[in-house]
Parts: sequence; structure tokens; C-alpha cells
Amino acid sequence: MTLNRRSFLASTAAASGALMMPAIARAQDAIRIGTVLDVSGIFDAYGTPMDMAQRLAVAEINDAGGLLGRPVELISYDTQSDMALYTQYAQRLVRQDNVDVVHGGVLSASREAIRQTLRRANTLYFYNVQYEGGVCDRNIFINGVTPAQQAEVLVPWAMSRSGPRVYILAADYNYGQITARWLQKYIDDNGGEAVGTDFFPLDVSDFGSTIARIQTVAPDLVIAPLVGGAHLSFFRQWAAAGMNERIPLASTTMGVGNEHKVLTPAEGNGMMVAYNYSQELDTPLNNAFKERWVEAYGSTDAIHEIAVSHYMGIHLWAEGVRRAGSAERMAVTEALEDGLSVDGPSGVMTIDPQTHHAILDVHLMEVRDQKMEVVESLSQRPPVDTQAVCNLIENPDDNTQYEIEF
Amino acid sequence: MRGDARRDTAFILIAGVVLIFFMPLLIDTHVLTLLIAYGMLALSLGLIWGFGGVLCFGQAAFFGLGAYTFAVAGINLGESTLPVILAVLVPAVFALALGAMMFYGRLGDVYLAVITLVVTLILFRWINSTAGPEYTIGVARLGGFNGIPGFPILNVPGRPELMIWGETLYYVAAVSLLVVFLLVTWLLRSSFGRIAVGIRENEERVSLLGFDIRARKTILFAIGAAIAGLAGALYATWAEVVTPTLFSLQQSAEIIIWCIVGGLGTRFGPILGAAALAYLKFALGQQAIIDNMFVLGLVLVLFVLFLPRGLAPELARGWHWLAGSRRRPARRRRAPRAEVSDG
Amino acid sequence: MDLAAVILVEVLYAIASLALISAGLAVVFGMMKVINLAHGEFMVLGGYATITAVGLGVNIFIAMLIVAPLVVGLFGLIVERLIFRHLYGRMIDTMLASWGLSLMMIGAFKMIFGNTTTGVSGPIPGFSIGNYQINGYNFFIIIVSVLLLVAMLAVLRGTRAGLVARGAMQRADMASAMGHSPDRIYMLTFAVGSALSGLAGAVLAPLVGLVPTAGAAFIAKAFITVIAGGPSLVAGLASASGFFGLVNQFFSFLVSPVVGDVALLVAAVILLRLLPRGITSRFFRGKL
Repeated sequence: MTLNRRSFLASTAAASGALMMPAIARAQDAIRIGTVLDVSGIFDAYGTPMDMAQRLAVAEINDAGGLLGRPVELISYDTQSDMALYTQYAQRLVRQDNVDVVHGGVLSASREAIRQTLRRANTLYFYNVQYEGGVCDRNIFINGVTPAQQAEVLVPWAMSRSGPRVYILAADYNYGQITARWLQKYIDDNGGEAVGTDFFPLDVSDFGSTIARIQTVAPDLVIAPLVGGAHLSFFRQWAAAGMNERIPLASTTMGVGNEHKVLTPAEGNGMMVAYNYSQELDTPLNNAFKERWVEAYGSTDAIHEIAVSHYMGIHLWAEGVRRAGSAERMAVTEALEDGLSVDGPSGVMTIDPQTHHAILDVHLMEVRDQKMEVVESLSQRPPVDTQAVCNLIENPDDNTQYEIEF
Repeated sequence: MRGDARRDTAFILIAGVVLIFFMPLLIDTHVLTLLIAYGMLALSLGLIWGFGGVLCFGQAAFFGLGAYTFAVAGINLGESTLPVILAVLVPAVFALALGAMMFYGRLGDVYLAVITLVVTLILFRWINSTAGPEYTIGVARLGGFNGIPGFPILNVPGRPELMIWGETLYYVAAVSLLVVFLLVTWLLRSSFGRIAVGIRENEERVSLLGFDIRARKTILFAIGAAIAGLAGALYATWAEVVTPTLFSLQQSAEIIIWCIVGGLGTRFGPILGAAALAYLKFALGQQAIIDNMFVLGLVLVLFVLFLPRGLAPELARGWHWLAGSRRRPARRRRAPRAEVSDG
Repeated sequence: MDLAAVILVEVLYAIASLALISAGLAVVFGMMKVINLAHGEFMVLGGYATITAVGLGVNIFIAMLIVAPLVVGLFGLIVERLIFRHLYGRMIDTMLASWGLSLMMIGAFKMIFGNTTTGVSGPIPGFSIGNYQINGYNFFIIIVSVLLLVAMLAVLRGTRAGLVARGAMQRADMASAMGHSPDRIYMLTFAVGSALSGLAGAVLAPLVGLVPTAGAAFIAKAFITVIAGGPSLVAGLASASGFFGLVNQFFSFLVSPVVGDVALLVAAVILLRLLPRGITSRFFRGKL
């Protein structure tokens, strides 16, 4: 007997749920998007604009007549920056709300908490945030920048403007740990040296001893993939000690939560970053996007890169549904795997069928007066880091997150 | 006396079985399973605090330790029977060592509270900073802030492919809570339990009667930890992920609040408190008008001020009044006497 | 040499900030044997009071040193009358009620200020010692903390109120028999302790971002410092902060801030195992 108890129980549970729920008829009317985002707590600076972006995206889809003639319904839960709530709400989305797709998750920790749950429940999942790369799973699509798209260009650029001795300060969880290793690799590749690497749990907010320690090593450059509200204090204390005048600073995360707008111009000026999106991009699609945002929310203050990639992720999925003529998981997956692409505020985004990641533009930027000024734009970069280890065309059943090894 | 015990057991069994089949009609079994795990956790503190007089500010440490043991052992072994046993044993052994250190050092109540709190904080800090690839136990990565997702969930003993989840998990959890409840009842009826209550009432007198207080307190502490560990394993298999927040002060605080609200010095009170408050929190989590921490805090303050004995004794009194029985209601809770140094 | 100076400043800063965050709790615990577990939230309230006042255009130093202590002191007075007054002599119950109060305050902060990080930038620029840059604000905290300890000593030693307070600390019943109402003494002590918590929170706010749950990070450290300090107020505070601050900074600098925190906690467990009644039960006996 091949039917194991688990799948048996799951199917009977689903069937009895369907019988008990008159909502099943209603579910036929609307296509349901479920999302889980940190709209409060120490990661709210990331999650709140993403929440605004998804409402805008869904409104746009519905204004254009919905999908396949059906309206789109958004069911959104606030995970309050608590990783334990992610699995709870993900289970509720698939068990009770019977959603057709789940978008969301902010930190890599939250993605890994729910990825297996959604895979087991046969619910398609979109993670629309820049991350450390390497996830190989046919049930997930990821459209954020990975180290090969971002750090590979940021590191040599920042080093060329400072020097070869680099100190890394990273958030202590999977994103920071893996990103730090990628940074070390790119520093080595460009003839530099990583003279120190420190990790900080996400609740650390006192960096006095660290700033003293960095000075004993006297690096030419500091790269800081720090994450969340507590780590914002680092940039403040760095400036308060007058270090921003002495050692240049680059980051793979600074500004993703609009940190450059919270810091004063004096504290933030000169920091180097690389992302898929900047509000200063002067393209017709970006200008139109900003106009719609202002119409909905009053000002463009909240827009940041992952809000835009979340917006793009929802449109990618919607395009997949249109192309497939169905919201069913495998039909949409196959449509997306057909090299589908959409054009939006952050430029053209194309699904790479081999990895389920995105091929996208990357911009090198410098913080100036609370804005991200684009210094150089690189067009259509593929996720080569993940392509090197992941091939979902040959191994569709792969379900691992590959990590960089030296 | 004998007949009394038998009647008690029969009553618990009948009430338990009725509740197990009745509750799913009111609340979704997925939520109920969580309430049961929390109820068991509350019972563990209710036992050592309510009957042993040991106020532990770090019961969450044993809960988290149980959950992490279950996850780590599950990943290494690929099945769940031995991990459940380990999830009970590891916290118990840890509590034996910690308890021996505290009780043989004759620390006062306040100092005991500080030590348990600090140990919980140490565990939290440590687990929270194990994201690096160098922190592994066997093949299991500890994962730091991420926690451990994707470990094998509970399965039928000896048959790793037959997983227990959903509705089945609810019945398994409910029956295990019933079994633990009966074991606690028997423990409290035994001479060990009676002497434990004696120690709570008057440590000096029991000591002068020739009993080894330190050893007894240590063992009771370990039994409480074992129950908390089992609750942790149940929680882990329910949540399918374990994270460092299991060790947080917030979690420890909630356990204490459950006991106070439910009624200290009773067996059913803490379970009732846990279920009621966890459900309240769950229900409040659905709305955004009033913050649920505010409500929890208010409930705690009001109970301490106006209903320090908790819900269970009041309910019992109401029941006896209704039934016209003249049995005395449960005895008044006595706060363990604080020992403070004078300057 | 420059490095030694920088490290010295960092160590002194760590000690000073520990003493600062523990002072309010120590006053309340020392005089009333009440452990106020809402102490961390009292500090956060001080921080929010400062940020709000600065937002309204008040000078930041006035906001930190005057507005915040006043606001939190008044708040302390109110909750003492409403809650703690009824619970004196029931130590565990006071602890639990204050824990409830702390949860309520966190909830209230979330509802009023939003569950998000807020902060103000430090008012003092950084400066250099030789080749090293240092956060100028550290000196401010060291100075505030030293002044605070000296002031506490002076009040306890040199004033009549201090004499009464010392008397009430040692023999509450005798002080009462001499005609000093314990009710009033307790009320005022609690208000003063709260004001000190508010001051600490206000002074630390520019350094670290403020979230509604920030109090939890302070309470454990303050709790440990006060208990480890033992019976004497000022000597206990100074010795325990000195010991823990040294341990913390040593490991922070050598390894990382996390190891520093863990080392502090481990040191606390060992210390309490060896001296269950705190440092000043063995050393500096009879000092204030």
C-alpha cells in the first residue's frame, strides 16, 4: 500500500473540512492570495511597506477585471516579528482559508520556517525578498537579489573606493551567516582580505565595544549586513563616534528597511549599497508606480526595495495565472517556468526556470541626503550562485537550501 | 482512604474522557492541541510551586529544552519514540543538576527566582547565537534565531512512516495529559507528595522530623521539569518548528500567570488557567483594537489584587454551594514566605 | 596606550550604565523589599517621555534630566497608590503584580507609540583619543551615574530624610513607633525609585533605539545587579556594577557582546551560589 497514513489523514481532513464549509462555493468565486508579513515588531520597517505594496498590487489586478474573470481576495496575517507565528498562520492559510498561493515572509528565518509546511500542503509559495541564495525547491519562487547579483558587484566597487582590508559585521541568523561567507569569497576573489567578522543576534543594540574593536584592526572598509530595528543603533553609534568620517561603510541590507531615511543625512551620507530598486530610478514605469502609491498612501516615503519586489512578485504570479488559464498550483508553476517575465518599477524581471529565481537589474548606489543615488546600473543579472548548485529541470524533486562552501 | 483514592481516579478518568470528546465540538482541534501542551506546562509549574513551594521563574527553560531535544534527536534518529523519551529525560537531568546546586546551597526564595531566571536567560542567549554552521548536534543544525524547522514529527512507535498529526495528534495529546494528570494525582497522594506539601507549609518542622529536604525538593523540581519537557515535545510536534523564543522570559511569565489565574495549590487550576488565557490570547490575536499583552497584564494585576486564590477554588466553592455539599472548599493559597536579608 | 584609554572608557561606561539602570530598582528593593519587575518598563517610559518632549521642542538635556524623571516619578506615585499599597508584606504577590503592570505597560506602549523602533540622535559629538574615535555620549553617562551615586550617598548620610529612610530600612517598626508613617515613607520611596528609573531610561534612549519591549533587556540585568549587591544600597550598587561591568566588557571586547552578556549571567550564578546574600553581606559591611 503506497498511500501512507499521513497523506490519508490529510486528504480526509481536507474532505471533511470541505463538507463542513459552505465557503467552498465562495472560494470558487474569488482567487485567494494568502500573505504572512511582519507588520509590527522589530521588523515592521520591512513588513509594513510590503503590506502597503501588496494591497496596491491586488487593487491594480482587481481594477483591471481580476484574474480569469474572478476577483482576487487578499488574506493577510501580521506575524508580529515572531518566527513561531509564521508556522501557525501558514497552517491556517492552507487549512482554513484554502488559499491558492502564499506570498510573504520577511526574514530568511521566516521563509525557512514555512517553506516545508507549504510544500507539504501543496500550496505554491512566493518569497519576494533579497536573501542569501541557494534555495532549490520547485514549490517556491524567489524574486529578490542573491549574493551573486548583489554582493559580487558591491564588494569590488566598495573596495575600489576604499581599500583591500575589510571588516564584516553581520546579523546572527541564516541570512547573515551565509551572506558573510559570500562576502569573504568576493573579498578574496578581488584580492582583498577579510580582517574580521562579527555576528550579532537581532536584539543586540549596544555596539560600543565592537566599534572600539574595529578600530584596533583599522580596516579600510566595513561591510555591514545588519538586520532589524535594534541593529539600526549600529549606524547611529558609528556616526556618534565619528567613525563615518574615517572608515567607509557598505551594506547589503542598509536602506532595505528605509534606514537611510531614519538616519540623519550626516549619519547616512556616503554609505554604499546595491539593490534592484531605488526610488530615484527615472523610468516611466517607476514614475507611474510612485504616482499610484502617492494616490493610495499620500507620499512615497515608505517605498523600499523589498516592497517593490513583493509588488513585482504578486504581478509575476498573476501573469502566471493568466498564462496558465488556471490558479491551480502545477499549471501556474509550469507557466512561470516558461521563462515568463514582467516589466515594472524596478525594470524587467524574468523567471529563471532552472532555479525559480529571477533575472533582474542591479544598481550600485550611494546614500546622499537620505536618498539612494544611482551611480551605476547593471542590466539583467542572472542568479549564478544558485544556478551553480540547483537545477530544477533535471531534479524537480530537489528540496534543499545549498550553502556556499570553501 | 483507599476508596477515596479510587473514587478520585474514577472521577478524573470519566471527566477527562468526557472533556476529550466534548471539547472538539467547541474549539478547533488544532488550537486545542496547543492548549493541551500549554496546560501540561502549567501543570508542571503548578506541581512544584503550588505543592512544593518552589517558585521557578524559568520553567520555560525546561519546556524549550524538551522541544529542542525532541527536534534534535528526531533529526538524528529519523523517528520520534526515543526523542520523546529523551525530551522528558534531558530536562529532568538538567533540573536535577540545577536543583542540587540551588537547594544544597540553601538559597532563599528570591535568590532561587533570580538563579532560575538567569539560567533561562543564559540558555536563550546561547541558543539564539548558534546560527553558525559550527553549532551542530549529530546532523542537526541548532540554527540560532532561525530555530529548527523540518524535523520528523510524532509517529506511531516503531513505524516512522505512520505520522501522528492533525486530529489524531489531538487525541494523543489529550490522553497523555490525562495520564500525566493521574500520575500527578498519585504522586501527591503518596508519602513523597504529602511530605512535599509539608515542606511547603513548614520547612523547618519537616526537617526536624528527619526528612532530607534538599533531596526531596531537588527530586520534585526534576519531576516538574520532566513534565515540562514532555509538554515541549508536544508543542514541537504541533508547531513543526522550534525557535529560541521558547526559552524567553515572556514564556516563563505566561506560565506563572496561568498558575495564578487558574489557582495555585490545585491540580486542575493551572491547566484551566493555561487553556483559558492561551485561548484568550488566541482570540485577541485576531483583532487589532486592544493589545493582548495589555489584557494579560491587567488580568494578572486584577487576580493578584482581588482573587489571589485563582479560579479553580472559586469554581469549586461555587460547585459545592450549588450541590449543597458541606465539604470545605480547597484550602487557601499561601504565598511561599519570602526570605530576605536585612541590612 | 590610546587603546588602553579607549578600553578604560568602555569599561567605565559599562559599569556606569549598569549602576544607572539598577539605581531605581535598588532604592525600591533596599527600602521596601519590593522587587519591581516593571522597572524596565518604567525606564522605557522615561525614554518615551524624552523622545516626546524633544519632539515638542524641549531641549534634549532638560527632557532627559528633568521631564523624564518627573513624568515617571508621578506615574510611580499613582501605581503605588493604586496597586502596590495593598500588597506590602506579600513579596511574591508584589512581584507578580508588578509583572502584570509591566505587561500592561508594554501593551500600552504598543498601542500609543506603535510597535516599532523610535529614537533620537545623541546630542554629543564623538571625539578622538590619539588614533581612536570614541562616542562622546559615553562620558555623559559616566558623569550622570557618578553624580547620581554621590547624590544618593549625600542624601542618605547628610539629610534628615536620609536618616529616616535609613531607619525605616533597618527597623520599619521602630521608625513607625517614632512617628514616621511607613505608608508615607513607602509612597515617597517608590516615587523616588521610579523617578530614578525614568532618568536612566531617558539618558540611555539616545544610545539605543527604543521599542515597546526594550524593558526586558534592562530588568534582568538590574535585578541581578541589585540582588548581587546585597544589603547596602550605594556600596552594593557600586560593587556589583563594578564586578559585572568588568566581566561583561572583558568578554565583549575579547570575543563578542553576546559572550559578554552570557559571561555576566554566568558570573551572577556563581556569585550568588558563593554569596547568596550578595556582595555587601560579606564585604563593605555596615556601609551605605
